[in-house]
Amino acid sequence: MLYFSDLLQYSDVFLSGLKTTVELTVLTTILGVVLGTVCATVRQYGNRASQRVVSVYVELIRNTPFIVQLFFIFFGLPAIGMMLSPWEASMIALTINLGAYSTEIIRAGLASISKGQIEAAKVLGLNFRQTLTRVIFVPAFEKIYPALTSQCIIVMLGSAVISQISVQDLTYAANLVQSRNFRAFESYFVTALLYLGLSILLRFAFNALGKRLFAYRASN
Amino acid sequence: MSLVNLHQVHKYYGDNHVLKGIDLDIKAGEVVSIIGKSGSGKSTLLRCINGLEQYQEGGITVDGKEVTTEDIQVRRLALSVGMIFQNFNLFPHMTVGENVMLAPTIVLKKSKAEAETTARAMLEKVGLADKFDSFPEKLSGGQQQRVAIARALAMSPKVLLCDEITSALDPELVGEVLKVLEQLAKEGITLVLVTHEMNFARDVGSRVVFMHQGKVWEQGDSKTLLSNPQTDELKQFIGAVL
Ligand SMILES: Nc1ncnc2c1ncn2[C@@H]1O[C@H](COP(=O)(O)OP(=O)(O)O)[C@@H](O)[C@H]1O
Ligand SMILES: [Mg+2]
Repeated sequence: MLYFSDLLQYSDVFLSGLKTTVELTVLTTILGVVLGTVCATVRQYGNRASQRVVSVYVELIRNTPFIVQLFFIFFGLPAIGMMLSPWEASMIALTINLGAYSTEIIRAGLASISKGQIEAAKVLGLNFRQTLTRVIFVPAFEKIYPALTSQCIIVMLGSAVISQISVQDLTYAANLVQSRNFRAFESYFVTALLYLGLSILLRFAFNALGKRLFAYRASN
Repeated sequence: MSLVNLHQVHKYYGDNHVLKGIDLDIKAGEVVSIIGKSGSGKSTLLRCINGLEQYQEGGITVDGKEVTTEDIQVRRLALSVGMIFQNFNLFPHMTVGENVMLAPTIVLKKSKAEAETTARAMLEKVGLADKFDSFPEKLSGGQQQRVAIARALAMSPKVLLCDEITSALDPELVGEVLKVLEQLAKEGITLVLVTHEMNFARDVGSRVVFMHQGKVWEQGDSKTLLSNPQTDELKQFIGAVL
């Protein structure tokens, strides 16, 4: 027999876990994409030395498990005097992780912009910053938008791991509830549904944003 | 006084000696057609004039100011030298109007209203006033190229460089672009164009410069030169094109 009604008294726990997961997702998505944009720009247009620095960062993150990155930041950094709360450590770890993956994705977008576009901007007198923000970014992001938004969702789902350092996110809530009432099936089933709903919601949000950002494709 | 002056300009791509001592003097109001075989250095010449490419020896001045590839310098140069490319290079995410208004607003710091007035006037001039709110991908190649011309004109350049701007167009669309150029020539705008349109060079151009193997091989008044070429190379070239 399944007893989903046994979960009702814990709805507050689930809701507060959901809130934490959503907050962290929104924040780290924004920060991670900003970080990825900066790094991709350096990687694509920067000097040799700064390109090298970005490559090392990207490879380091892409070739190690997220949970190890998280543990390193939370348990490792205090050894050199950086004490972080679980929430802060998670925020940083998620941002750095998304930053690395999005660097590679966004760079592919930047690489798709033809040299002619950049030269056209140059002969019109735009400086490089103006060329980036006015000429390059919109078409570059359009090219990689599906890949980038998928990566954001992957990171959101991967954030479940932060319950391991006691951030009271959605997964933490599930663990807590099933340890109280031993309804593991019901508890994780509901949690899975909540993650699924969150993914679908995120996709909707990204699609709506994409329609606004890249309106020029549909119009006319 | 000369508007564009090249003095003994040499340009190398690695070991490839592409421009071998170019001397060229262009006065305000001239329409100079640069002709020559593919690979003779025509594009490189134009790109040196507006600072897109570095040259290794000699000197280039535009309106009396020396041309270098320093970023600041290129931007200052952009105020006096406009350029139109073979592939239009319109910005796909901006409307026609936005394409034309971009540089006047963020480079010349004109107000939106002022930039829009200029943009509409320039689009009128190229016959595309009604396309102000269209996106480039909805236009034909000929229309896109005319927008590119309007975009360059909106910066009121002293000289307009055109690099084979009709070569990517379907034959039936070439005429509308040449017509715009002809009108600009009549208005007295200084034009330097790399072109394969010999009729246009002869009838509209004031001077023809024939490039061969990185040198100005022969130049002169367009009608005289094309009907009476002196060198074998130009005779051959004209024979091959016509
Ligand atoms: N970016 C470049 N890098 C190396 N070589 C180039 C480059 N652009 C042009 N060249 C070389 O310079 C020569 C002249 O080219 P170009 O000026 O484009 O000639 P044209 O426009 O007359 O066809 C050619 O040999 C070409 O291979
Ligand atoms: Mg060429």
